[in-house]
Amino acid sequence: MSTSTSPRTADPAATGERRGPRRRKQGIAGNTRWFWIFVGPFVLGLLIFSYLPIIWSLVLSFFEAYNTVTPSKFVGFQNYVDMLTDHAFLSSLGTFTLFAVFIVPLTFALSLALALLVNQVKIARAFFRSVFFLPTACSYVVASLIWRLSIFNGVRFGLANTVLSWFGIDGIAWLSTIDPPWYWIPIVSVRLWLQLGFYMILFIAGLQRISPTLYEAAYVDGAKPGWQVFRYITLPQLRATSVAVLILNLIAAYQAFDEFYNLIGNASFARPPLVYLYGISLGSIQDLGHGSAGALILAVIIMLVTLLQNRIFGFGKAGD
Amino acid sequence: MAVSERTTGTPQPIGFSRSSAGLIGMVLRWIALFVAVVLFLLPFYLILRNALSTEADITAPDWTLFPKDLQWGNISELFKDTQVPMARSLYNSAVVGIVGTAGQLLLASMAGYGLARIPYRHADKVFYAIIATLMIPGAVTFIPSFIVVSSLGWVSSLRGLIIPTLFSGFAAFLFRQYFLNFPRELEEAARVDGAGHFGVFWRIVVPNSLPFFAALAAITFIGNWNSFLWPLVIGQDSSSWTVQVAMSTFVTAQTINIHELFMAAAVSILPLVLIFLFLQRYLIQGVTQSGIKD
Repeated sequence: MSTSTSPRTADPAATGERRGPRRRKQGIAGNTRWFWIFVGPFVLGLLIFSYLPIIWSLVLSFFEAYNTVTPSKFVGFQNYVDMLTDHAFLSSLGTFTLFAVFIVPLTFALSLALALLVNQVKIARAFFRSVFFLPTACSYVVASLIWRLSIFNGVRFGLANTVLSWFGIDGIAWLSTIDPPWYWIPIVSVRLWLQLGFYMILFIAGLQRISPTLYEAAYVDGAKPGWQVFRYITLPQLRATSVAVLILNLIAAYQAFDEFYNLIGNASFARPPLVYLYGISLGSIQDLGHGSAGALILAVIIMLVTLLQNRIFGFGKAGD
Repeated sequence: MAVSERTTGTPQPIGFSRSSAGLIGMVLRWIALFVAVVLFLLPFYLILRNALSTEADITAPDWTLFPKDLQWGNISELFKDTQVPMARSLYNSAVVGIVGTAGQLLLASMAGYGLARIPYRHADKVFYAIIATLMIPGAVTFIPSFIVVSSLGWVSSLRGLIIPTLFSGFAAFLFRQYFLNFPRELEEAARVDGAGHFGVFWRIVVPNSLPFFAALAAITFIGNWNSFLWPLVIGQDSSSWTVQVAMSTFVTAQTINIHELFMAAAVSILPLVLIFLFLQRYLIQGVTQSGIKD
C-alpha cells in the first residue's frame, strides 16, 4: 500500500519563480480578496473561539465571578494567590507529576517494543498491527466502563479478582484502596491499552524510514545483531520519532481527564488538575474566577515543560 | 506512505540468525506477541460477553467464558429504557461526528490552501497567528471556551457542541504543509484554461488530494466521536448528551444494569470498528501525518 496519489515532485520555490512580473502585478488586488475568502472564515472562528476565550478568561481571572461570566468585583492577583496556595490544586499537580512519571516511560518503551515485534514478523503483520491499533476505536469512556465494571470491579465477579481467587488471594477494591494505592494499576493500564497502538504506528513509520544500507554496513563492520544494532543503529535513527512520541505523550498526560473522571470521579486522592478545575468551575458553585486563574496557571506550566523538553531534546534543530 | 509492508526481505532491525540462540529469541518474540494479542483483545471480549449476558450471568461467582443463552434481547431493552436517552445520544454523536468533521476539514483545507498558494503581503503574520494557538494546550481551554459559549447562549445545544471545535489550527497547519508540496504544474494548467483560485481549488486540488482528506477525516471523526470533556461541559441537559456523556453518566451513577451499559458500549464502538475495518489505511496515514510534525 504505497498510496498518497499526489506525487511530491515539484520544488515549489523553483517553479514559483516562473510566474512573470506582469501576471503578479495584475493579480494583486484580486489575490488579497481571494486570500481572505479562503482564510477569513477560519481566522474569524479562531478569533472567536480561541483568542477571545483566552482573553476573556485572563480578564475574569482578576475578578470575582461566581455563577456568572461577567466580571463583577476586581480582586487583583487574589485568585492566583488562592490557587497557588490551594492545597487541593497543588496536590492535583502532584498527582499529575506522579502519573507522568509512570505513563511516559512505560508508553515509550512498550510502544517501541510492539513496533519492533510487529516490524519483524513476516506473516500476518497487518493482522498484528491492526490488533494493537484497534483500541484507538474505543473512547476513554468505553475503556473506563470495561475497567471499572468488569476487569477491576472491586466485587468478587470482577475479572482481576476472579483471577486472584484462583490463587486463593482475596479480592481487592481496586479503585478505592488508597493504601497501598492499587488504583494506579487500572489508571495506568487503561491509558496504555488505549494509546500504545497509536504510538506504535508512529514508531513503525520511523523504523521503515531507516535505510537498510545502515544495517548492512553494521553487519559488514561486525556489529552483533540484537542489542548492539538496536543501540547504535535503530535507536539513534529513531530520534526524531522518539522526541515526537515523548512530547505528544507528556502533553496528553498533563491533560488527563477522561479516565480519572470516569474511574475515580472527583475523589481527592487521585485527582488530576483538569478534574479539579472542572469541579470548581462547573460544579455546584460555578467559580469561574478561580477556575480561569487555575486554567491559565496550568497552561503556563504545560507550555514551560514543553519548551524545556524541546530544549533538552533539541527538537526543531536544523537537519534533525 | 510510510507504514507499508515493504521491509519484508530487507535486513531485520534485530535480526533472526539461524543459530539456536536466534531460534530461542524467535520463540520468545512469538510468545510475547501472542500474550500481547490476548491482552489487547481481552476488553473487546468483555464487551461482547457482558453485552449478551443476563445480569445474573455477569454477577455469578464462577466465571463463564460466554453465557449459555446469548441475550440478543438486550439490544431492544437498551433502546426501550426510558432512563437512557440512547437513540437521542447516538443521533447527537453522529451529528457531531459528521458535521464537525466535514466543517473542520472544509475550513482548515481552504485556510491551508490560501496560506500556501495565494500571495498576500501579510500571509506570514496570519500564519503565525494560527500556529500560535497550537502552543495553548487544548484541554485547558475548556473553561475559557465555556465562558464564550455560555454567553452566546449555546449551552446544551448542537451548535455549542460543534461550532467551537471547528477551527483547528493544527489541521490548517497540516493542510498548508500538504498544499505547499502539491504539484504546481497541475494548478498552472488549470489556470491557463482560465480557472480562478476557487476553480483551481475545487476542480483540481481537492479531487487530487482525496487520500489526504480521507486520512484526516478518519482521524478527526474518531476524535469527535470519542471526545468527552467538551460534550460533558456543554451537555448539561440530557437532550444534548452525546453517547459518551450518556454512558459516563450511568457509569458514574451506576443506576443501570451492567449488561445494558455494556450493550451501550458495544453499540457505541460499532461505527468506529467499521471505520477500522474498511478505512484502516487512511487512518494509519492520518496518524503518521498528524503525529509527527515536520
